[in-house]
Formats: sequence, structure tokens, C-alpha cells
Amino acid sequence: MVLVLAIGDLHIPHRAPDLPAKFKSMLVPGKIQHIICTGNLCIKEIHDYLKSLCPSLHITRGEYDEDSRYPETKTITIGQFKIGLCHGHQVVPWGDLDSLAMLQRQLDVDILVTGHTHQFKAYKHEAGVVINPGSATGAYSSITYDVNPSFVLMDIDGLRVVVYVYELIDGEVKVDKIDFKKTPTATI
Amino acid sequence: MISDGVEDEEKWLTAGIAGLQQNAFYMHRALDSNNIKDALKYSAQMLSELRTSRLSPHKYYELYMRAFDELRKLEIFFKEESRRSCSIIELYELVQHAGNILPRLYLLCTVGSVYIKSKEAPAKDILKDLVEMCRGIQHPLRGLFLRSYLSQVSRDKLPDIGSEYEGDENTVMDAVEFVLQNFTEMNKLWVRMQHQGPAREKEKREKERNELRDLVGKNLHVLSQIEGIDLELYRDVVLPRILEQVVNCKDDLAQYYLMDCMIQVFPDEYHLQTLEILLGAFPQLQPSVDIKTVLSGLMERLSNYAASSIEVLPEFVQVEAFAKLNNAIGQVIEAQPDMPVFGAVTLYSSLLTFTLHVHPDRLDYVDQILGACVNKISGKGKLEGKATKQIVALLSAPLEKYSDIDIALKLSNYPLVMEYLDDSTNKVMSNVIIQSIMKNKTHISTADKVGALFELIKGLIKDLDSDGNDEMDEDDFKEEQNFVARLIQMLYNDDPEEMLKIICTVKKHIMTGGPKRLPFTIPPLIYNALKLVRRVQSQDENASEESTASATPKKIFQLLNQTIEVLSMVPAPELALRLYLECAEAANDCDLEPVAYEFFTQAYILYEEEISDSKAQVTALYLIIGTLQRMHTFGVENRDTLTHKATGYSAKLLKKPDQCRAVYACSHLFWVEDQDGIKDGERVLLCLKRALRIANAAQQMANVTKGSSGSVILFIEILNKYLYFFDKGNTQITVASIQGLIELVTTEMQSDTATSDPAADAFFSSTIRYIQSQKAKGGATAEKFEQIKV
Repeated sequence: MVLVLAIGDLHIPHRAPDLPAKFKSMLVPGKIQHIICTGNLCIKEIHDYLKSLCPSLHITRGEYDEDSRYPETKTITIGQFKIGLCHGHQVVPWGDLDSLAMLQRQLDVDILVTGHTHQFKAYKHEAGVVINPGSATGAYSSITYDVNPSFVLMDIDGLRVVVYVYELIDGEVKVDKIDFKKTPTATI
Repeated sequence: MISDGVEDEEKWLTAGIAGLQQNAFYMHRALDSNNIKDALKYSAQMLSELRTSRLSPHKYYELYMRAFDELRKLEIFFKEESRRSCSIIELYELVQHAGNILPRLYLLCTVGSVYIKSKEAPAKDILKDLVEMCRGIQHPLRGLFLRSYLSQVSRDKLPDIGSEYEGDENTVMDAVEFVLQNFTEMNKLWVRMQHQGPAREKEKREKERNELRDLVGKNLHVLSQIEGIDLELYRDVVLPRILEQVVNCKDDLAQYYLMDCMIQVFPDEYHLQTLEILLGAFPQLQPSVDIKTVLSGLMERLSNYAASSIEVLPEFVQVEAFAKLNNAIGQVIEAQPDMPVFGAVTLYSSLLTFTLHVHPDRLDYVDQILGACVNKISGKGKLEGKATKQIVALLSAPLEKYSDIDIALKLSNYPLVMEYLDDSTNKVMSNVIIQSIMKNKTHISTADKVGALFELIKGLIKDLDSDGNDEMDEDDFKEEQNFVARLIQMLYNDDPEEMLKIICTVKKHIMTGGPKRLPFTIPPLIYNALKLVRRVQSQDENASEESTASATPKKIFQLLNQTIEVLSMVPAPELALRLYLECAEAANDCDLEPVAYEFFTQAYILYEEEISDSKAQVTALYLIIGTLQRMHTFGVENRDTLTHKATGYSAKLLKKPDQCRAVYACSHLFWVEDQDGIKDGERVLLCLKRALRIANAAQQMANVTKGSSGSVILFIEILNKYLYFFDKGNTQITVASIQGLIELVTTEMQSDTATSDPAADAFFSSTIRYIQSQKAKGGATAEKFEQIKV
């Protein structure tokens, strides 16, 4: 059982002062094995904070990130799953599922995690899963109105991944979960 | 020479102890055989060792303790009537025959203790006798120890209320008198030590005096334990007598210690009720006494007393504690014009803590204290060192107490105090203020408060003096400015008019920050404004044309335009471009076509003129394309102009692969999935073909420059785009064209000169899988894809 935190689009300090207190109290060091971050943190303090939660930190570059050395895309293998990471402003049209599916094919991954739209999404598409953890601070987005702060926790166990989404709605943390099973693909 | 002295002392002490022990031995032998006379003789000899002048207080104490132990045993003997073979009165008489006065008095006190216990005479008489007779010893060190002995043996025999020694003749007053007298005499002896000996040994004397101070202070402890002393007695007798002695002795060591001791041992309620008398003593003390520490100690005790229970709070009001303390401090400061600034500030700081505990609702008191502080520190120029630390503590206290920054902003003297801080301290204080706001998550809700706040923290907002902050570490500077940015997020009001005023106020302040600060402070302001636009957007639909409200989207966009313009001139073109595009989208949502077009124009100008780094261009271009793709407010002409430019930029990027990708991204500009979105299949195809040409050119270049064909990945990407539009129903995309691409890729990958690229292989495989899965879907999709052979 491997816990992976998917989080991004915090936009601190441009659009939000800090993570919601309720999220902060939930995100405790030592519980999570990997963090994958879609980008737009934007400052070093947030990088350091995430690093303190878990040393295995993977970040891709968002267009507002202070540190320009983050890569545009990243592929990580965790257990039986290949996970692709990209901020998403590079995939036009923004938020378009079929275009994202193309990126998924290009990176050849089972799970694609992207952000930019600040809207939580998680569903099966074509041969894989596409996840958008939304914005952890509920930051303003030109694309989405009424953003609720959200992040995603993936529990990877063998060929199965359970995706938990945590959303802060009207001051309360609501949790939802989605199950995905990977079919072992035949290699060509 | 000094070490010789110490060695000598050791020798004398050892000799003294030896002598004492020897006589004690004989004394005990005499006691064992009930030989009173001999016992007294030897005990007197033993006590003679205490007549020495050669020992320092520390060593004398050692000698004294041994004598003390022996005297205890002697006392036990005296207690047993049968053994001593004479009455206590006779014994009392007998011991006075001892040759030297010091041994005589020690014995007298010892017998006296037994005498009182026997109750054969009123306690008060004996006590009076003893305390008077001790006057016989005027040598400070010996006298202090003698009287200390008297205090110790008499402690449990005082005629206190409820004690067995109380009676018609013996009252609490007698006990009080006794202790007060002992105290007075001891203090006199103690003070006299200061003037003994040569001037150059003053420091040594003071050190020795300090070692002895608890002997004197003990008397106050004893007084505090006398149950019979109620508030009245304390106020009318005890306190005035003690204060009289303290003031009159005119000795700073004694005054400091005794005032402090008194405050510690007597109950806080008493202090509260006798505040005026107590405070009245302070100005009468020697100017060199560290009054502020004592006063601060007093105020601290009273603060804790107030904090201990709510019921005592009315007492404070009743005795007008605040006014009295405030006056006292004023008087002290006046009486000591040479008091350093940090001393005065410490006093006010303690008073402030007191006020926050006792009268938290009296903001006027708090303001008064700050005002008094301002008076004291004005005219001294900027503060430094210890004083600044104290001021920071002073200013932080209200912030901690009142979690709402609004309250601190109401204190009219608060900004005045801050004026006197030097630049670095101002920054420290500003940080404290912002931290307080962030911690308490307070939202500052009016433009006036925001203005006041930004005035306070101006050390962070702009360069205060012309030096600039070259000395500041870059990372620290970033942290500091990011902190200000987070603060800007905390400013909020539901009412759009007020919110707009807030935004304008902030803008005014941050514009003074200079080019270094603007890239940090402008973006959060822009987003605040964009959030406001969203809020008024929905309201705008209901508003009438003639409404005088100034918080309209148009007005806000004007403000945004001006502000971003400043940013681009910093220069920060990449950031400005992003913000222009965000505004364009917001304008699009408000259906303000000209405004959106203007924002795009500005963004394009920046792209053309200011952004020359290749990587930056690529990112900027994707943002442009992505934003433009979502615009629905543009008419055909405007849209065409912008699209044409975007595709032009794409084709002119430096690296061919970047060109290719940007161009096929532009294909989406001609196909929008909304119901009335543009769906121009031809122009989509044109883009894709152009991308194909560029990919070909890239391949040829690779052949020429590297001798092998480059990766086929671009072709695979374009193939995927073909499939995308094919799936969406673009009739211009034919099966043949797709087929052709598939064959092209396959051929390239199998050719001899192909460079192996596992990523490309995997991509192609997953693409083929995609086509197959589409075929398996059934329905119209399957039909379409059926024709593609893989």
C-alpha cells in the first residue's frame, strides 16, 4: 500500500495566502510515500513545506513557478503503475480530455496527473486514468468559477488504485473515492 | 596577596572550628554530669570563637552554623527542668555572668527561648528584653548573625493570633513590634557595613553585603507569616514602619533589595490596597536605585494577580490602580532625568502588560501609555540597542492580546511610536504585525484601515531612506516581499465599492515600492481585482446604466490595465504578459470585446518586443494560444487578426520542433467545441499540413547535420492530432491522409538510418492501440475508424 499525494496550483502568494488550515492539519509528515505536484506553487517556501511532508517530491513547472528548473513533464513508476505528470498549460485546448489523452499516450503512462484548470477531475479515459487534483488553496482561475480547495490522495496497491479526493466545501472537508483497476496490458 | 588572604581565612576558620568543637566537647561532658556551671563556662568559651573579626561573611556563616547546632543541644538540656537544677529565672540570671558580651547574648537568647516556652513570664516582656539587649553588639557582621539567631529561636514563639503565647498581655502588636525592631536594627547594621573600610574595597564590601541580605530580609518573611496582621494593621503600622526604615537608611543596596523583598513576601491584595503608600516611597529612594526593575516586578505581580481570578478585577478599578501606577512612573521618570531611554520604555512596557491583563477593554489607557512613551522618546532621535528591543516588545503586546488588528489600528499613538524606530526595527515590527494578521486570519475590511496598516508597515513597502536596501540578502528580500503579497490576500470586503477603494489604496502604497518590489506586490493586487470583477459581473447584469457605482467591470479593467503597464515597465514582461492574458479572459467573460482585444494587443506587444528568450517564448506562446482558443467574445475580424499573429509567432520560433508543436497547437484555434464555436475544418487541416512540412524540414536538417534521421516523434504527434480532429468529425481529415501518416511513421522507424527512440516506439504503439480501441467501441466511432488499417 503506497500513498501518493497529488496536489498543485496553490498559487501562493499571488492568489492565496496559505493552505487552508484544515488541509494543513491533515497533511502530516511521514504518512505519505510520494508527492506529485502539478506546479504553480509558486515560491520556494511552499516547495520546502512539501519537501518536509515527504522527501520524494516530484514537481513539474507551472507558468507562474518561481523556479524555472522544474521539468515540463515527468514520468514516475510507483508499484505497477506508470504515472505521468504535467502542469497542463502546454496542452491546448486547456482541460480538453482528448488532448490530454494524447499526452497520456505520448508519455505512455497509466495515470496522467495534470492541473491548470483548478477543477478536480478523476475518471477513466481510453486506456488509462486522468486525474486533476484541482487547486489546494481554491485559487482564482480564469477557467473555473467557484473553485473549492482540493487535493488527491492515491492508494496504490498492486493493480488497483483507489483515488481519494479531499474537497473543502463551506468550511467542511468532504471526501470521495473512486476505484480503478489496471488490466495487465499485453506488450506488442 | 589576595590568595594569601584567602588561605589565611581558611586557617582561621579551621582554627575557629577546632576551638569551637573542643569547647563543645567539654560542654557536653559537663552537661552529662548536670554540671550547669561548667557547662555554661565551656559554652561561653565556645561562643567566643564567634567574636572573631577575621572572617568574611561566608566563612563566618560556617562557624555560626556549628555554634547554632551546639546551642540547639544546649537548649534541649535547658528545657528539662529536672536536669538543670535551677529555675528558669535563675538560669536567665546566671548566663548573664558570662565575661564577654557576645557569648552572653547568645546564651541569653537561648535561655530566653526556653523561658518563653515555660510561660513563666509574658512572651512580650522577654522578647522586648532580648531585642533591646542585642544592641550591645554594634559590629555589623556579628550583630547581624546574633540578631538572626534571635529571630530564628523566637520564630515559633511569637504571640500571634491562635498561638499559645497569645493572651491579654501578649498581642499581635507585640509580635509585630518585636520583629519590626529587630528588622530595623539589623538594617542599620547592614547599611553600616557599606562605610567600613577603605574606599578601594567598596566592591568587595558590596559583594559581602549581598551575601548577608537574606538575613535582613528574613524579618520581612517572618512578618508576612504573622497571621494576625490583617490589612489594617499592615497598612497602618507594618508598611509605614518598613518604608520609613527603607527610605531613611539612604542606602541603595538596601533600598533595592528590601523594596523587592517586600513586594514578593506580602500578598498582592495588600499591595493593591496600599498602592498609594507603596508608590509614594519610590520617588524618595536614592537616584541610583534600579527602581524600574522593582516597579516592573510589582506590576508583573499585580498582572498575575489579576489574571488569577476574575473576581479581583473590580478591586483594581476601585483603587484606581492604573492611574496611580501611571503617575508613579511619571514621577520616577521625572525624578531621574538621566534614566536611559530603555529604562523608561521598560517601565511603560510593564505598565502596558498590566493594563492588558487588568483593563483589556480600556483602549484609552493603552493609548495613553503609548502617548507617554512617545513623549519620552521624542527628541532623542532614532533608538538603538536595548531600547529598540523594548519598544518592539511594547508594540507587540497589544497585537498578541487583541487578535484583531483593527484594535491596534485604533490606537492613535501606535504609529507615532513606530516613527521613532530605525529602519531595520521598523521592518521587524512590520513583520510582527503581518504575522499577527496571518495567524489570526483577520480580514482587513475598510480602505481606511488598509491605509493605516500600510502606513505602519511602510518599512516593508518602500525604501525609507535613500540608502536603499543593497545590504539585504536576496532570499531574505524575496521572503519579505512574498510576506507582503500574502498580506494583500487578507484584505477583503463584501461590498464591491469598499473593495475597490481598498484595491486603490493598496495600489497607491505599493506603487511607492520601486521596481524591486513591484513584481511581488502587483500580482496579488491584480488577482484581488479579478476576483472583484467576478463578483460584480453577476451584479452588473441587474444594475442600470445610470448607476453611480464605480465598481463596474469596465472601471476595474481600466485600473488593471494601468497597473499591469507599470509592471511591464519594471521590466517584468513575462509576468505582465500572463496578467494581461488573465485579464483578457476575464473581459471575455464579461463580454467586453474591446477591452479583451486591448489586453491581447498589450500581450502581443510584449511578446514581440520584450520576450526574446526561446524557452520563455514557447511558454508565452502556449499561454496565448490557450487563452485565445477560449475567447468567444471576438468578432470575426478581431479573431482573425489575433489568430493570424499567433500562427505567425508559432512559425517563427527558433527551434523547429517548437515551431512544429506550436503550429499544430494553433489548429485548435479553428475548432471550438462549444455549440456556436468556430469549426473551420479547412484551416485546421492547413495548420496540420504546415506542421507536417516543418516536421519534414526538421528531419532533413537532422539528416544533413547528424547523418541520421531524427526522431519520428513529431510525426506521431501530428498523427495523433489528425486522429483527434478525425474523431471530432472534421471532414477535411481523410482516412487516406491518416493512412499515409501511419505508413510514413512505420517506414521511418524501420529504415536503416533511423535513430532508435524508445519513447517514440511506445508512443506509436499506444497510438495504434488507441485506434484499435476506437474500432472496438461500436457504433459510429467504430465505423469511422474501421477504415484505418493498422
